[in-house]
Amino acid sequence: MNEQTGGQIDEGGAPLLSDQDVGKQVTLGVDDPLRLDCGVELTNFSVAYQSYGELNAAKTNVILICHALSGDQFVSGVNPVTCKEGWWDLVIGPNKLIDTDRFFVICPNILGGCMGTIGPKEINPATGKPWGLDFPVITVSDMVRAQALLLDHLGIEKIFCALGGSMGGMQVLEWAVAYPERVFAAVPIATAPHHSAQNIAFHETGRQAIMADPDWHGGDYLSYDSRPHRGLAIARMVAHITYLSEPALQNKFGRQLQDRDAISFGFDADFQVESYLRHQGSTFVDRFDANSYLYITRAMDYFDLAERHGGGVLAEAFRGVDTRFCVISFTSDWLYQTAESRAIVKALNAVAANVSFAEIKSDKGHDAFLLEEPEFWKVLSGFIEGAAERYGLVSQ
Amino acid sequence: MMTDAQKRAIRIDLQLIAEMVEPGSRLLDVGCGDGALLDYLHHDKQVDGRGIELSAEGVNACVSAGLSVIQGDADQDLDDYPDQAFDYVVLGQTLQATHEPHNVLANLVRIGKRAVLSFPNFGYWRVRTRLLFGGKMPRTNSLSYDWYDTPNIHFCTIRDFVDLCDQMGITIERGIALDHNGGELRIGSSMRFANLIGEQAVFLLRKS
Repeated sequence: MNEQTGGQIDEGGAPLLSDQDVGKQVTLGVDDPLRLDCGVELTNFSVAYQSYGELNAAKTNVILICHALSGDQFVSGVNPVTCKEGWWDLVIGPNKLIDTDRFFVICPNILGGCMGTIGPKEINPATGKPWGLDFPVITVSDMVRAQALLLDHLGIEKIFCALGGSMGGMQVLEWAVAYPERVFAAVPIATAPHHSAQNIAFHETGRQAIMADPDWHGGDYLSYDSRPHRGLAIARMVAHITYLSEPALQNKFGRQLQDRDAISFGFDADFQVESYLRHQGSTFVDRFDANSYLYITRAMDYFDLAERHGGGVLAEAFRGVDTRFCVISFTSDWLYQTAESRAIVKALNAVAANVSFAEIKSDKGHDAFLLEEPEFWKVLSGFIEGAAERYGLVSQ
Repeated sequence: MMTDAQKRAIRIDLQLIAEMVEPGSRLLDVGCGDGALLDYLHHDKQVDGRGIELSAEGVNACVSAGLSVIQGDADQDLDDYPDQAFDYVVLGQTLQATHEPHNVLANLVRIGKRAVLSFPNFGYWRVRTRLLFGGKMPRTNSLSYDWYDTPNIHFCTIRDFVDLCDQMGITIERGIALDHNGGELRIGSSMRFANLIGEQAVFLLRKS
C-alpha cells in the first residue's frame, strides 16, 4: 500500500495481455464439450494453469488453489506479467506454510479470465474476432467443471485439499458439493454461500462504470483498438474500498494530503487516499480485461450454493458430503462477513459434517487472507497438517 | 522430554469420560477448551471427534492442532445438529456455565446416542461448610472464582442433577462421584454420601 501517484487515471490503449507468458496451457473440450449453465457448449477451449512441486506416484499430494476475482494462476514465485510476487507467495513455496517440496500445488486461471484461459478477449472461432459480449455468461459451477476437466486431463482423480479466498472460496465450496468424492479437505476463506444484495450492488456499480466508458464500445473495444481503462479503473477503485476495513484506511491515510501542504481547491488528488485509489485503478487496467471483469463479477452475483444444490436449503447442499471443512473469516471483513461463514458452518453442522471454523481477529478487512496474519496462518497450517495425517500423508 | 502419553495426560474427569467412550466412535465435545480430550481420544481411541468452543483462543489452538472444532456456544449452537448425529456428546465442566442447562441437556441426549458430562458438585462438603461456617460464597479447587467474576451461573448438586434427569425422562446409565483425591464412588447406592464427598460428578446418560 505504499506506492502512490498523484496522476490521473491513464487513458488509451497500451498493448494488453496479448503476448504474455501465461505459463502452462492445455486445450480441453476436445472430445466432449463443456456444457455451460447458460446452455452454450464450449469446445476446444484453452485453460491456463500453474503448478508447483512434484506430483507423487500415488497422486495423493494435490493441493488445488482457487483464485479470486482479480487473481490469476501465479500464486507463488514471481508473476511474469506483473513482475511482482505471486498473490499467495507468502504462504505457498518451498518450506513455506503450503510446502511445495511436499505438495503438488496447482492453480488454474478461471473460465472467463484473461490470463490464458478462455474468456471474452480470446478469439471466437466462429467469427475469427474476439468474443466480446458474444462470450457466454458463465457461473462459478462452470469454472469448477472446467477445473475438473483440467484435473481429468492431468490424470488427477482426487484433491487432498482445495483452498481459496473470496471467489476462490466459492469455487472451493462448489468443488466440495459438486465433487465430494474428489475433495478430501476444503478451506473456504473469507467467502459466502451466496452474494448479498450489497455484494451485487457494488459489482453493479463497477460494471456500470465500465459500460459507461465510451471506449468500451458495447464490449467490442478490441475491434476499435481501445480499452475502457477509465471505467475499469473506477470499478477497481470502488471494489478496492470494499477489500479494506474502515480503520485500516483511516490508520493508513487519515486526512493526510498528497505531496502538498494545503488543499488545492480543485479536483486533483489532494488526499493520499485518493492518490492511492487512483494508483490501484491504473495498475489494474494494465493487467486485466474489462469484459472479463463484467463476466466474473456476474458469475459471483449468480452464485447461490443453496439454490443450486440444496433446493434453497444450504444444509441440503452439504448432505452426504464427507469432506473435512475449515471455514475461516476475519473480524473486520465487511464484504464477506463472519455471519456468512457462520451460515456455512451452521449448514454443515445441520448434516453433522466435519467442520472447523475460526474467526480471525484482524483489522485488515477482506484482504486479510492475502496478507501476513500469523493467527490465520497457524490455523491454516494446523488444519492442513491434521488433514494430511488423516489422509495418510506423513509429514516429512 | 515428555512422552506422547504424558503430553496427553488429561484432567481426571476427562479421563473418566474417556473411559466411558467406545473406541472408533463419533463424538462431539461441547466446550472442548484447548482440545485435550479430543486429542487424547483421537490418538488413544481412534475416535472421530468434533468440538465446539466459546473462546477464540481455544478454537484456534484446537484447529491449529488439527482438530475439527468450531467457534460456538452450548446455548446457541446445539439446536443446529440433527438427532442422533453422534455416538457421544460430551459436556465437560460446562453445564454450570450455560444459560439454560435443561435445554442444553435435552440437546445433548437428542444429538448423541449417549451423553457424557461432568460438573462441579455444589453439595460437596467443603462447599457446604464454607457457606455455613464462613458465611461466604464457596471457593474450592474446582470452583476457583470469586462470586462477581465467575462464569458459573447455574450450580447444582448431584441430587439436583439426578432429579432433573428424572423429570426430563433421561436414563442415567452410570453416575460416578469423584472425591478430592480423584477417588471414585458409584452414585446410586449411597446418594447422600456421594453428594457429600463428591467434589465433582461424571454421568453417562441417554434418552429413555
